Amino acid sequence: MNEPALPDDFERRLIIATQAGLPLVPRPYDLLAEQLGVSAGLVKARLAAMLESGRIRRIGAVPNHYAIGYTANGMSVWDVDDAHIARLGETIGKLDFVTHCYERPRALPDWPYNLFAMVHGHDRATVLAHIDEIAALLGPDCRRHDVLFSTAILKKTGLRIGNDG
Amino acid sequence: MSRPAPSSLDELDRRIINALQGGFPIVDEPYRQVAASLGTTEAELLARIQRMLEARVLTRFGPMFQIERLGGRFVLAALAVPEERFAEVTERVNALPEVAHNYRREHALNMWFVLATETPDGIAAATRRIEADTGLKVFAFPKLQEFFVDMRLKA
Repeated sequence: MNEPALPDDFERRLIIATQAGLPLVPRPYDLLAEQLGVSAGLVKARLAAMLESGRIRRIGAVPNHYAIGYTANGMSVWDVDDAHIARLGETIGKLDFVTHCYERPRALPDWPYNLFAMVHGHDRATVLAHIDEIAALLGPDCRRHDVLFSTAILKKTGLRIGNDG
Repeated sequence: MSRPAPSSLDELDRRIINALQGGFPIVDEPYRQVAASLGTTEAELLARIQRMLEARVLTRFGPMFQIERLGGRFVLAALAVPEERFAEVTERVNALPEVAHNYRREHALNMWFVLATETPDGIAAATRRIEADTGLKVFAFPKLQEFFVDMRLKA
């Protein structure tokens, strides 16, 4: 990955103006332009450039997964051989029921797991069946695993910067 | 946070949620364009997005910034919270603006949250602050490799 380019002043103000959400008005980019004291053309061009460069992942909605019926959310965690984690992570990340997949450090002795795969489903039985599929794919490369179901969303606001302003 | 009932969503709500998880257009009247593709009106679309945000069916609608490409950091972290302190610790942890998400999970490590900060140094500062405020050890799990991320879920 390239070294991240720090946001310039305009980009930072654009992030702060939109991090809570895009305005719900017919011409949202015009309203942002007015708030930022620039042209709508500049707002649109910068957002498009940020999407292109991956500085914005996408513009869109984040549903509460409980509200759309995905009531079971299991964070599956796996202790796999470090020598094979790149191959195993790629394999597990490709499964269509896995929404995120990462290698993370162990915290021994409390936490022996180094591969994390988030699995969403309409109920726990579905999630557990998916966990079994992952276990079968990992086979003897996995020493042990666990699944941590979520029982409550305590906060979900997303990124907030510029908290002093 | 309460859980809205899935049954309160009608077919158009679901189509809106699915459509809005794709690329939202960067044009002068983007809601009009999306509404037309869904066979509804701009006013109806705006009203429904507003309603779903208020009901917390949607937790956000807007650009999702990839903070790591902007010089910042996301780190997953966890606490083992004694059951009798759970509400109090939740309040203290959630009070930090750096805490972007927080979930209760069934495990000895029963609180899992994501710290999102504008600079790499911000993570250590937020971690120290949570340890000082709660008296609990923060287990930090920064990602070493990302294999896949796509949070889109079909409604």
